[in-house]
Order: sequence, then structure tokens, then C-alpha cells
Amino acid sequence: MVSPSLHATPTARDTAPALVTVRGLGIRYGAKVALQGVDLDIRRNEIFGIIGPANAGKTSFLRALNRMDEFVPHMQIDGTVTFAGRDVRTIRNLYALRSHIGVVFPLPVGLPLSIYDNVALSPRLRGERSKAVLDEIVERCLRRAALWDEVKDRLQGLGSLLSGGQQQRLTIARALSQEPELLLLDEFSIAVDPVTTMRIEEVLKELRRELTIVLVTNLVQQARRLADRTAFFLGGRCVEITPTERMFSGGATDPRTADYLEGRFG
Amino acid sequence: MSAILFIAGIFLFIGSQGMEFAWNRLSITELLFGDRWEPTADPPRYGAWPLIAGTAWITAVAMLVAVPLSFAAAIYVGEFAKGKQREWLKVLIELLAAIPSVVWGVIGLQVMGPILQSVFGLQSGLNVLNAGIILGLMAAPIMTTIAEDALKAVPESYREAAEALGATRWQVVRKVVLAHARPGLSAAVLLGIGRAFGETIAVLMASGHRLMPPGSVFDSAATITATIAAELGEAAVDGDHYQVLFVLGLVLFLITFSINLLADWIVRGRRRA
Amino acid sequence: MTTVPSPFLPTAHEAGAYRWQSLVRFLFLSLTVLLLVPVLGILGVLVVEGAPAMTPSFFLDKPSKLGAAGGIWPALVGTIWLTAVALMVALPLGVAAAIYLAEYARDNWLTRLINLAIVNLAGVPSIVHALFGVGAFVYFLGFGESILAASCTLAVMTLPVVIVATRESLQAVPKAFREACWNMGASRWQTIWNIVLPNSVSGILTGLILVVCRAVGETAPIMFTGAVFLRMVAPESVFDRTMALSFHLYTVSTQVTEVPRAIPFAVALTLILVVLSMNALAIWFRMKLRGRKKW
Repeated sequence: MVSPSLHATPTARDTAPALVTVRGLGIRYGAKVALQGVDLDIRRNEIFGIIGPANAGKTSFLRALNRMDEFVPHMQIDGTVTFAGRDVRTIRNLYALRSHIGVVFPLPVGLPLSIYDNVALSPRLRGERSKAVLDEIVERCLRRAALWDEVKDRLQGLGSLLSGGQQQRLTIARALSQEPELLLLDEFSIAVDPVTTMRIEEVLKELRRELTIVLVTNLVQQARRLADRTAFFLGGRCVEITPTERMFSGGATDPRTADYLEGRFG
Repeated sequence: MSAILFIAGIFLFIGSQGMEFAWNRLSITELLFGDRWEPTADPPRYGAWPLIAGTAWITAVAMLVAVPLSFAAAIYVGEFAKGKQREWLKVLIELLAAIPSVVWGVIGLQVMGPILQSVFGLQSGLNVLNAGIILGLMAAPIMTTIAEDALKAVPESYREAAEALGATRWQVVRKVVLAHARPGLSAAVLLGIGRAFGETIAVLMASGHRLMPPGSVFDSAATITATIAAELGEAAVDGDHYQVLFVLGLVLFLITFSINLLADWIVRGRRRA
Repeated sequence: MTTVPSPFLPTAHEAGAYRWQSLVRFLFLSLTVLLLVPVLGILGVLVVEGAPAMTPSFFLDKPSKLGAAGGIWPALVGTIWLTAVALMVALPLGVAAAIYLAEYARDNWLTRLINLAIVNLAGVPSIVHALFGVGAFVYFLGFGESILAASCTLAVMTLPVVIVATRESLQAVPKAFREACWNMGASRWQTIWNIVLPNSVSGILTGLILVVCRAVGETAPIMFTGAVFLRMVAPESVFDRTMALSFHLYTVSTQVTEVPRAIPFAVALTLILVVLSMNALAIWFRMKLRGRKKW
């Protein structure tokens, strides 16, 4: 048991059923093991940070959550992952699952559609036809992704022709347009300048009221700024999960975490 | 180098064989619009309109058959099929492409002909429909291959990004992949047309080879290619008839040449953009 | 927020999209199968109708009654001659052109023109090749109607296939191999000869097999350049005219009356067996190539 001093009174968030529960998760690519024995819960409306060096299995973990495994040849998922009470491995309609989970990949992919259509794609897939509603969604999502001011005069321009940082924000806007219950961010700031990163981080803090975020980041300080709890992944295992404040104030339970935080490896 | 040489050579040889006659005694208007092809009559008539019309009809039917089949096959093989099933389908499509045209001709003559005859109650099953179906099946594999290449050229990351949004594979294909692959798909249709258009022996055997413009798909018809094949052996070397067949060959060459250039231009135009 | 949320369920719209996608998928599979039914259907019909006529004497006898009876021996041998000579012409030319294009040519207007010419050469209708063959080989070069003229025509027609297949396999050899070889001081040609060519043999063989398929199957280009309706003996030199399987199939199906139904089917079956087995070989080579490419 962890000491109760930091969270003296359990909040509603702590007792509500978890949005995602992971038990004994293992991921293999053919014979190569990417992740093993991961148990964790992701609570509703928290920002769950995942830090760790390259090849720790962070991205594989995200792929298992929204079942993007079929794009990776030979990817094999063991154990159970439940999303909102359903084991994702038993869901046949994966598209429905994915439409409830937004993803931002580390390398941005602007679809070869106009900026407007990029953001409007997901609402349209949901069957939204009203131009007024779509306009509203596009503007709101682009604003939240801190992109609106840069592109509002050229919404019909091709999304794939934006700069890397702009495409990254377009991808975030697109993920938000799904109105997801769960947002997976995989090193989103890799292609974005520091000022924009800070603006997006502000948005993420606000979004916490509406949805749940899993933030995989290579920036330890970003996890510190945003995450409620942080998990440290190393070599395909989840080494520890600790409330962020405690982890960064010397309360890491595993010495390897402390080493990583202090930059001794990784 | 040799390729250019041969292309130029083909053009020159065919041109030179027909030119003397074409310059001096042939009216281009009659060749293109004259509706009677009677090269052995006296006086001979060289109106190629029946052949042009026959070629157009048969090619059109062929494309009606080939476009849906080959695009469906390309989308299925490229976007839906996986692993072993995909490999097998690709092998079968290649085998389809490997069947020699004279064998297709026998199928048209001996199998498809009687079937059409009894299904539609016709006097002869050798008609535009028969030749069109046969040609469609012949052109479909190459069109499938080109169309699949065009789909394959769409980056996988687009599919992944769109599916991450919750799009079904079909929605991805419809909204993202097809839009991106359109130039390649047009090129596939063009090359299919070129293929159907230039096919000789199968058409000669399946079309009934009647030298009249067809009025419906159930009429027999003749194509430019089949006419050359049927008459070259009988025409006296360097006679008018012989030369007019070379002129037809030149027309064919120029048409397929422009189709190929157009297809190449479409594909390259996209790459530059 | 404290109420227990309902478990994840697709919305009605998402369920609809999923059903629609399954339906579309099934539709496309059906169309694909519809396209492939003819392959199996044709094979089936040919085997059922043609196999009974395929006795040893069918292959080894001379034709009689204009092909309505007897065998196909001269046509069989003729096809082998035509194919072999076509290969001897097309292969060296094609491989040389491919080596030039893959190893020496820079990306300039000339290369672009050559590539364009290759694409166009591949698209020229076979009957136009026949006209070219008549004009160039039969009369201009004075080969007369002969195996040589017919084979040259076939070679010109199949040249693009050889060039493309060979060029692709040459380009598939990693640049690092070449650079390693250059670093040892080998000349460009030594590199090609010792490193590149041995690594692309499968590609060249694939091209070769495809040429054989085309050469065996084509009718129009040989009709007026060297194939004859009937010739009782097998050819003895490249200046002879010859029977050929494909042309024989054409004549027995269209020109000769009162041919027993089984004869054309048996000839067609023979033809298709040759072509399909050649293709199977080509596919096998390609798989081997792909397997080995995990250098």
C-alpha cells in the first residue's frame, strides 16, 4: 500500500470505475516481445502519463488500446484490455471502438483532403450532414488545437501540404473532432515548437473535464506538468505507477525510475 | 536505344508501305466515314466506318465488363484481402492474363457463342456482346494490376490515420484512397481500352466479322484489327488493298500511341503534384 | 460523474457502417470471383472437351484432312523453333537494354524518351507488329516468310517484357552491394558482371519465361510472317516456313470445316498447358526472388 498522506481523502475520480483496465497485457511481434505483464487502470477524466526510454513498449501499449494491431504484421496481443467495460479483443466492430478513441501519432499524418475535410471527416462518418454543425465543429476543434488562427483563411487548402507542426495540430484537431471518450497522445510535441506545445498543454488540462487522456511522452517535464499519475515503462514492463507529484518529489518506488528521472540513462 | 529504334521503325515501315497509296488515291474522308468496306469489289470501296464503329462498340462493351470487375478485384485484393487469400487471388489474376488470345477466341466461338445464342434466342452468338465480354475478360487482369498498383501507391499512413478516426475500411477507400489513386485508375482504364482496342485474333473469332456497322450488341461486327488479320493474307503485295490495310495499321498505331502517351502523362502529372 | 457508465456499445450509426462495410467487402469479393470464374471455367471446359483427344499419337502424328484429323507434331516442333529463335533475338537485346537503363543511363530526356518508347512498344497491337514484321523482316530485310521473320517479329513484340522484368530485378539489387564493389576498385562493368547480374538471375529468368508465354500464345504476328496453314514435316532451318500451335488452333477452329469438336479443344488445352506451366514457373521464380531479397 502506498502511504495515504498525499491523497488523504479519496475523490470521486478515484472511486469511479476505471475507463480502461489492463490485466496481464503482453504484446509480441512474431518472436520479439515488446511488452509483458502489464496491469493498470486508467480512471475516467484523468491524464495518465507514460514515460520511459525508447523501445519500452509505450507505443505498442497504445496500439493495443484502440486495436490498431492489424496494421502491424505479426502483432499479437495477450491478456485483457477492457474499454468502458468491454474486452477490446472481443469487439468485432473495431471501427466503432476506434471512433470512441482519439489518437495522435508521433509523426503527423495530414490526410490528402482539405483542412476542413480533415477535421470534418470524423463527424461526417458519424452521419453529421448539417453544414452549420460541421462548421462549428471544425472551428472549435481547430481553435482548441491552436491552429485556427493560422489556417482560418485557407480551410480548403490541402491538409497534407501544411508544415510538420501544423499537421501535428491538425491531427490533434481531428482527434478532438471525434469527441472521443479517450484520447491517446503519442509524443505529440515531437514536431511542435515549445510555444505551441504550451498552448496545447493548456487545452489538454481543460479537456480533462470532458475526457480521459493517455499521454505518452519523451519529455519527463511534460508528464510532470500534465499527468495526474505517471507510469514508468522500461524494457517492455511497467515498472511503476505513481501519482505524478509524488514521483517527481522523490517518491518513486523503484530506483530505476529515479535514475531515469534524473537523466542517468534513457 | 533499341526500343526507340523499333518504335520509329514500326512507324516508318508501316507508314512507308501505305503512304504512296494514301497520298495518291485514297480519300481520307471516304476512309473515315465511308460506310462500305468492299476492297475486292470493282470498283473497290475503302470506307472503314463499319470497322471503326465495330471497334468502338466492342471496346465499349469490353470496358463495361472490365471496369467494374477489375476495379472491384483491385480494391478487394489491395484493400480487403489478407495473407494467403490475397496471394492466391493475385496468382489467379495473373493466370487469367496468361491465357493466349487464340484460346479466348476458341472460347468465344465454341462456348460463349452457343450460350448467347440460346439465352437470347439469336441466329448467331458471334456478335458484339460475345467479343465484348471476351475482350473485357482479357483486358481485366492488366487493368486490375495497374489499378492495384495505383492503390498501393497511396501511403499506408493515410489508411492508418483514417481508421484511427473510426472509419471503416470501405469509408477509408471511398473517402481517402480512391481520391488519391484517381490518376492511376484512369490510366488503368486507358490502358485497358488500348488493350481491348488492339486485340486481334480473339475478336476476329468471336465477333462474327460482319463488315457492317452494328446496330445493337446482338449484331455481328468487324474491327479494324480483325479486318487486317483477315485480309492481309489475300491482298496482293503492294496493291491498293494491301496498302490500305497498312494505312489502317498506321491509324491503329497512332491511336494506341496516343492512348499510351495520355496514360503516361496522367500518371506522371500526379507524381509531379 | 459518479453514476456507473454503461459499457461500451457501438452506436446505431456505427453498427450500420460496419454492416455496410461487410456488405461492400462481400460484393467486391463476389465480383473478384466472377472475374476469376472464367479461368477455372475455361480450364474445366478445355479438359472435359479436349482431354479425350489427347493421345500420344495426337502429339506425334502429322495432321491429315487439313487438320481435321491426325496430330499436331509439326505445329509442336514449329512452335518450339519460333519460340527458341525469338528468345535468342529478344533476350540479348533486352538484357543489354535493361543493363544500360538500370546501370548507366542518367535521368535525362533521352532515358525518359526510351522509357516512353518501351511503354508504347508494349501497347502496340499485335496486328500492327504483324504489319511491321511483314514490312521490315519479310520484305525489307528479305527474310521472306520464314521462322526467322516470324521470330524477329515476336522478339520485337516481347522486347518490352524482357527489358522491364530485367530492369526491375537489376534495380532491386541494393546500392550498397555495388558501392562495396566499387570501393574495392572494380570497374562498373566488373561490378555488373560479378555482383549485379548473378543477383538478378531470377528476374531475367522471369522475363525469359514471360517471353516464352507470349511467343507461344501469339497468333496475329506470325500469321503473315512465317506460319503456314499446313506443312507435313517439321522445319529444318530458320528459313523454312512452319506450322505453329496457335495458328493451327486458329485454322482448325475457323477455316477448316467438319473438324471434330474435340480437336480445337485439345489443341487449345495443349497450348494453355504450356503457357500456364511456364507462368507457374515464372511465379515460382518471383517468389524465390522475393524470399531471397531479405538480404
